[in-house]
Amino acid sequence: MLFWTIIKVALKSLLANKLRSFLAMLGIIIGVGAVIAMLAIGTAARKQMLGFVSALGTNLLVVRPGQTSFRGVVSGNAQNLTVDDALAITTIPHVSMVAPVVQGGGQIKFEGKNTRPNLLGSTPTYFTIRSFEVEPNHGRTFNQTELDRQERVAVIGPVTATNLFGDAEPLDQVIKIKGINFRVIGVMKSKGDQGFFNQDDQVIVPLTTAMKQLFGLTFVREIDVNADDEQNLSQIQSGLADLLRKRHRLLAEQDNDFDIRNQAEMLATRMQTVQLFQMLLIGIASISLLVGGIGIMNIMLVTVTERTREIGVRKAIGAKERDIMTQFLLESLLMSGVGALLGSAAGVGAAALIPRLTDNKLPTLIDPFSIVLSVSFAAGVGIVFGLYPAWRASKLDPIDALRYE
Amino acid sequence: MIRTVSLVKEYNVGGSVVHALDQVDLEIKAGDMVAITGPSGSGKSTLMNILGCLDRPDKGEYYLAGEDVAKLGKDRLAEIRNRRIGFVFQTFNLLPRITSLENVELPLLYQGHAQAKVRASKALEVVGLADRAHHEPNQLSGGQRQRVAIARAIVTDPAIILADEPTGNLDSRTGVEIMAIFARLNQEGRTILVVTHEADIAAYCRRQVHMRDGKIQEIHVASAPPAPPSPN
Repeated sequence: MLFWTIIKVALKSLLANKLRSFLAMLGIIIGVGAVIAMLAIGTAARKQMLGFVSALGTNLLVVRPGQTSFRGVVSGNAQNLTVDDALAITTIPHVSMVAPVVQGGGQIKFEGKNTRPNLLGSTPTYFTIRSFEVEPNHGRTFNQTELDRQERVAVIGPVTATNLFGDAEPLDQVIKIKGINFRVIGVMKSKGDQGFFNQDDQVIVPLTTAMKQLFGLTFVREIDVNADDEQNLSQIQSGLADLLRKRHRLLAEQDNDFDIRNQAEMLATRMQTVQLFQMLLIGIASISLLVGGIGIMNIMLVTVTERTREIGVRKAIGAKERDIMTQFLLESLLMSGVGALLGSAAGVGAAALIPRLTDNKLPTLIDPFSIVLSVSFAAGVGIVFGLYPAWRASKLDPIDALRYE
Repeated sequence: MIRTVSLVKEYNVGGSVVHALDQVDLEIKAGDMVAITGPSGSGKSTLMNILGCLDRPDKGEYYLAGEDVAKLGKDRLAEIRNRRIGFVFQTFNLLPRITSLENVELPLLYQGHAQAKVRASKALEVVGLADRAHHEPNQLSGGQRQRVAIARAIVTDPAIILADEPTGNLDSRTGVEIMAIFARLNQEGRTILVVTHEADIAAYCRRQVHMRDGKIQEIHVASAPPAPPSPN
């Protein structure tokens, strides 16, 4: 009962000075709002990353040409990975699949429409390694025979399909890629925009066709290597390096002229960057919470001074020091609590607004735990910064307090 | 009810010691109504604060209802103020923004009393303000505020009511009304101690203790109990 009376008195004194209370709470409101919004951005980024990892698979190594250098002198980006390199890699133990890849740009036309998707040439294994699937009842991927015969067939991404065909059926239509006729034999399932580039806006053709007919290349851009098990990745990695050094006839003092990237590791690193960045933002938001705490302490000190007489009266009629302490702690807790609730609303609102303002480039996802976390942190701030004013109030001498004008 | 033995309270003012109370012996019996009078600086406020357990004497003993309270700790003193003493102040000292009823309830809430509301309503009835229970202090006149304060003082059924210049902020007619309430409460058996510098207010009390320079100068006992004042 005393508790409710205290809450009521606290609420009324907050309401009696609406502007002052609001300004005191502003730091908490901004802090809580910022923490929630930042965590929402971070959670969405992390979820996207995780989606990326599972889309790529964790068994993947990517070999790319590196920089050629001789005795420390870098002589430009190498064009040195060949289809034969890829064939040789298949002999390394624990390698289950290999897919050499070439990539380029170019215009694609169908009747009046044209678009510029990402153009890839690879082997049938590429679809399995990168887990691209064809939409059910929308054709198939190309096979080894088509690859061997340099056939002009294309598997297109769902976005490319929409760009070129709208609602019409793309299957078995003939499209022009860089002026050459290709038959569409499959439409891929959507993987979603992964942020770096849109995997759904791609056209994949047989490697041989791409190298000889589209781009006129003798080297490949990358070789995707799939391990039979994640645990064998490092073993394969060293086998790969030895093999390629031998094939490229590198001297012992020469650096590798290729790069082997472990996709899972790369993403883990990128994830760490995201997390670090997020921590930084949360750190800044937390400073706002601390500043908010100082604002509350300031107002509580003013309140204690203003209500010195009330404290004297309460003591005269039997309030103990801890009763007074509890009362003022509850008041600062109430202030930070109300601030935290308003801040949560602001944070949720900001999280809803940010994707719209950034044209979906900065997606957000609210983790309910982030609200619990920031609200309890704000409450903690209220208590910590309320302690000193409350202690001062509780220590007031009743006689002096009663005499205070 | 109240007995003090050689109470001493000294203040150090600019290097010289001032005896606010100098060997004060005072006895107030249950059911008595006593006025403490004297000019300012006579020590009556200091005596009041010590009798009210707001302050502790430097030396001497103070027995309230048989218990020596002069040396008790802060929390114990707060309990004694809560249960055995009812305060009435010159400036009423009601809490703003809460109703009369809530003001009267307050001492009971600090005890964790289960029926605070019922008791507080009864106390308001005693001072004739049952119909103002849900008004806030700023909606009441000075006299009504002081009656709420009296209700708050009696709600815990204390051993003694201490009133410090209870009519000081009221016009004389309202002052008479307030003193009439004190007289009535006294007739119902309550012990009342009024600190005042006004002789006509002191005249309502059966005994008048006159102080000067920290000492009790004389105690005047009315030969007959004063007639209860009529408010009209």
